[in-house]
Amino acid sequence: MSEETSTLPVYLPPKARSLFEPHRLFLMAVFAVIIFCAVWFMRWDWLPDYGPRLAYGVWQTLVLLFWTSVIGFLLALPIGLVQVTGPKPLAWLARIFCTIIRGTPLLLQLWLLYYGLGSLFSQYPEIRSSFLWPTLRQAWPYGFTALMISFAAYEGEVMRGAFAGVPRGELEAARAFGMGRFTMFRRIWLPRAIHRALPTLAGETVLQLKSTPLVATITVIDVYAVISRVRQDTFLTYEPLLLLALIYLCLTGILVAGFRFLESRIPTRGA
Amino acid sequence: MPSGLELLSLTPPGWGGVLLAGLAASLQLAVGGYLLGLVIGVGGAFGKLYGGPILRDVLEVYTTLIRAVPELVLILLLYYAGTDAVNQLFLLVGLPAVDISGLAAGIFVIGVVQGAYSTEVLRGAIMAVPPGQIEAARAYGMSPLLALRRVTLPAMLPYAIPGLANLWLIATKDTALLAVVGFSELTLVTRQAAGATKAYMTFFLAAGVLYLFVTLVSNIVIGFIERHARRGMPRTV
Repeated sequence: MSEETSTLPVYLPPKARSLFEPHRLFLMAVFAVIIFCAVWFMRWDWLPDYGPRLAYGVWQTLVLLFWTSVIGFLLALPIGLVQVTGPKPLAWLARIFCTIIRGTPLLLQLWLLYYGLGSLFSQYPEIRSSFLWPTLRQAWPYGFTALMISFAAYEGEVMRGAFAGVPRGELEAARAFGMGRFTMFRRIWLPRAIHRALPTLAGETVLQLKSTPLVATITVIDVYAVISRVRQDTFLTYEPLLLLALIYLCLTGILVAGFRFLESRIPTRGA
Repeated sequence: MPSGLELLSLTPPGWGGVLLAGLAASLQLAVGGYLLGLVIGVGGAFGKLYGGPILRDVLEVYTTLIRAVPELVLILLLYYAGTDAVNQLFLLVGLPAVDISGLAAGIFVIGVVQGAYSTEVLRGAIMAVPPGQIEAARAYGMSPLLALRRVTLPAMLPYAIPGLANLWLIATKDTALLAVVGFSELTLVTRQAAGATKAYMTFFLAAGVLYLFVTLVSNIVIGFIERHARRGMPRTV
């Protein structure tokens, strides 16, 4: 019986094998030639002029990513929690919120907030004369809000599953120890749920990073907007976009590595 | 100034017809791109599982790159690069340059992006099929293609459908990104209608309802398909 099971070749993901197999070296040579050609035959003389602005753009993207994710995640906690234990009306509200946000494109939400809400605000003299107006007149609050709401909705759905997936026995053990509801939530339920949601959280954060360039369509300055500016100034089509793709590739790589490090820091039993 | 409902009426003073035409364009893009992505996905998944070492590595690079770069950037790159490449090719064989329709370019872009994701979904689904079933097909003397059509594809379907359904919903929402390259799909025509009438809220909310409608109808249809694909499988939960 044992020979029969070993007839099919077992799939090994490429990463599990050595980097220096002959075909890998060949592929690396091919990529090296492609990169050399890209550097040699394309125009990169604009790069030094825009260096500081690009760095500023990357920084803005990261700031946007960090704060929208953090605040979005804090909003996602109650959204997920009420769907598991909350009163029925609140659970329904949270479900409807998640369905609406997840069922429409982010670009549409962004434009709804910026053009729709923006034009609505400017109609009311009370708002125009209030102290908030200098802020509301800018584009970034709308971009920030749209990204934050989107992250909250997607992550709320994840947290719902994570809260529901914490084994009942652990919660019952906490009750048996005499913990109050809040202590139990703070010490057992929340940490266990976050632990369960961490791999998905990494994926959601990468998705959030990939959503940030959308805010450039409402004139917020991020790295995408800087690259668009370069394209307008230099009339180059591919070079700036390729550089942009490379920048996002690096950011994604750093993000994924960071989350992997975080996950490895949390002790797990068994797996 | 006409009221909200008059603005949305289907006949020309209202913009309802324009919005519906935009929705039709969006759906065409989504369906075309999704199907192209599915074809790439099936090929990619089999290449990753059964292909040679070079093919596997190349596919790994493809899926990693596509999934790490924002869709918006990919759409800009592929939209220009794709149309450019076709025209260069035509120039090489001596044909005059053609104007590639936005629809074809859009379907190509969405398809290439979706292909990377569906490769991963389908690879996971194929790996979930008990290997004994595929071995049994081989033992019956089926050719690889016949075994693919009769055994592997139907058997992996229940595992693949949740992921593929998710990809379809992503495809419908990704079509909105083509507004940035000036393709007249729902989001762009909504913005034009809103800009022309200054009734921003009305139009963006209407477009949101249309997108939501597509999502909800899709969810119902997906439920039916899932039940159909799962027939004969042990019920979970």
